[in-house]
Amino acid sequence: MSREKILAAVAKNKPALTPLPEIQNFGNPYADLAEQFKSVLTAIGGEVVVVKDWDEIKTYIETHFAGQRIVTNLTALSATALNSWLNSDPHSLENVGLAVLQGQFGVAENGSVWVTETEMGQRAAPFIAETLALVVKKSEIVPKMHDAYTRIGSASYGFGAFIAGPSKTADIEQSLVLGAHGPKSMLAFLMD
Amino acid sequence: MNHADAAEKFNKDFDRTTWHDETLWWVRQKRDRAAFAIPEWEALRETASQIKHNVLSELDNYLIEFEKNAQKNGITVHWAADAHEHNEIVLSILKSQGVTQMVKSKSMLTEECHLNPYLAENGVEVVDTDLGERIVQLAGEPPSHIVLPCIHWKKEEIGVLFHKHLGTPEGCADPILLTHAARENLREKFLTRRVAITGVNFAVAETGEFVVCTNEGNADMGAHLADVHIACMGIEKIIPKREHLGVFLRLLTRSATGQPITTYSSHFAKPRAGQEMHIVFVDNGRTTQLGREEFRNSLKCIRCGACMNTCPVYRRSGGHSYHNAVAGPIGAILAPNLDMTKNADLPFASTLCGSCSNVCPVKINIHEQLYEWRQVLTKSGHSPMAKTLSMKAMSAVLSNPAVYRLSGKIGRFTMANAPFVVNNSLNPWFKQREMPEPPKESFGEWYKKNRSE
Repeated sequence: MSREKILAAVAKNKPALTPLPEIQNFGNPYADLAEQFKSVLTAIGGEVVVVKDWDEIKTYIETHFAGQRIVTNLTALSATALNSWLNSDPHSLENVGLAVLQGQFGVAENGSVWVTETEMGQRAAPFIAETLALVVKKSEIVPKMHDAYTRIGSASYGFGAFIAGPSKTADIEQSLVLGAHGPKSMLAFLMD
Repeated sequence: MNHADAAEKFNKDFDRTTWHDETLWWVRQKRDRAAFAIPEWEALRETASQIKHNVLSELDNYLIEFEKNAQKNGITVHWAADAHEHNEIVLSILKSQGVTQMVKSKSMLTEECHLNPYLAENGVEVVDTDLGERIVQLAGEPPSHIVLPCIHWKKEEIGVLFHKHLGTPEGCADPILLTHAARENLREKFLTRRVAITGVNFAVAETGEFVVCTNEGNADMGAHLADVHIACMGIEKIIPKREHLGVFLRLLTRSATGQPITTYSSHFAKPRAGQEMHIVFVDNGRTTQLGREEFRNSLKCIRCGACMNTCPVYRRSGGHSYHNAVAGPIGAILAPNLDMTKNADLPFASTLCGSCSNVCPVKINIHEQLYEWRQVLTKSGHSPMAKTLSMKAMSAVLSNPAVYRLSGKIGRFTMANAPFVVNNSLNPWFKQREMPEPPKESFGEWYKKNRSE
């Protein structure tokens, strides 16, 4: 009922058709995409760890996250964590200390990383963990959001997110606090 | 209480008003730095404005396209003509789940529809999970700003509030400790509530997906842990294509807080396995506004709050003085559409300086619409009686040269010899102002004298 009423009211009241503008790309102003990505992500509270290979990531995790519950769906790191979490109730991820996931690509202008449900393993994983680590290849960084959506194209996903740094809030007197509801820290393993 | 009275009350605490003013101006400056760092900023604003104009001219078709694609994705789409129908739809979903408790992330639409009190009356407990919204909810207030809901609260006051409700140590006013206390408390809610409501920043017709932007991650914590996700949106939140997100996500957070992007820009396309996902489209006066040619551009708004942060009146009167879910300049052009009688004062709560229009990321001509609303409201008899009478008196004086000259003489004589007649608390022009030195004569008198010599 309301559907038809609303659609009829829109049809009656809408202005004359105006065309969609063409979306420009505005080019790439960054000499070094990885450097730009790193500097922006660091400025917004993330941490960037430059690594050569998976072994370096393993060593880093063992050094910094020993004793914590670690979840990952990355086969290269499977010795570090179990895969059984993938089919568990998402509420059971509540005590995860570190989630290590693959990021599809990074965006230089804002330090964000595009991750879809496929890489997340579980939708809740990147949000519920105390620390989120995303693996991003240096060669997989695009300049701006226009390039990001060109790259995503018409890909089908159930859920996807640009993630830029740790969860944060400045609701109390504009004082920035990391770790609002999601991860208290977020790091990107920037890999050669 | 109308805006002027509420603003006067707010201004009683001089230091607090100054603090409020400076805090928001600081946010505005952050916005400037972010915007000026993008050489194509103006081109982006123009593109965004044109996309939104196309949306208004094709809105019915985009809604149908979104509905078709969302349904294909497994999302249930509901249509609500007004606030009441929206609230009923949400309640019916909750009832079908047998649920009496739920979490909600920020949604100005649900504020506009007064969903929380409606659900409370029907025995449903809603927990707002955005920190700022949680603070004002515990205090029994509505948000005072669409992006910074408790911008009017001081940390010491939040400390007292949290001591009472969350058991933080007495006297604790540290933002980190208070935030983490709220985190612990709300995590329990996220883990136990089966239904989550979120707002919608953008809904893409082409794909049937919707995007929710938060810094805290509360929308995601709610949605991904709940069995049922309900997303509520005004029908104007539709954008045609996924690639348009590239334009809007570049503008939104830079305009709002000066960040390059929110921490999370979450794209919900399909429910996760075993989950139910609902979208509620809400009209609630939007189609009426669409038909008002001089005001329809207000529907382009992406709710960044930049117009509030820059507004000299908002900064020094506080969001609550606007008595509307959306405050500030944009609220003042949206509210009269909902209720002309109740909101007739709002378009007058402006200096018409135009700063709001200058910062608007979708180039809404806000100050021009404020001026237009004043004319519409006055012509339709909604302006306050005192204003109508004084305008009529002024018109009579200005249209008759003899009366005008006489009034000037009386005015100068009064100010020179009996200033207390005008310089008293009954005359708002002299509130917080010094009396000017009255001139000895008018220009007309001076001219006549000097010409004859």
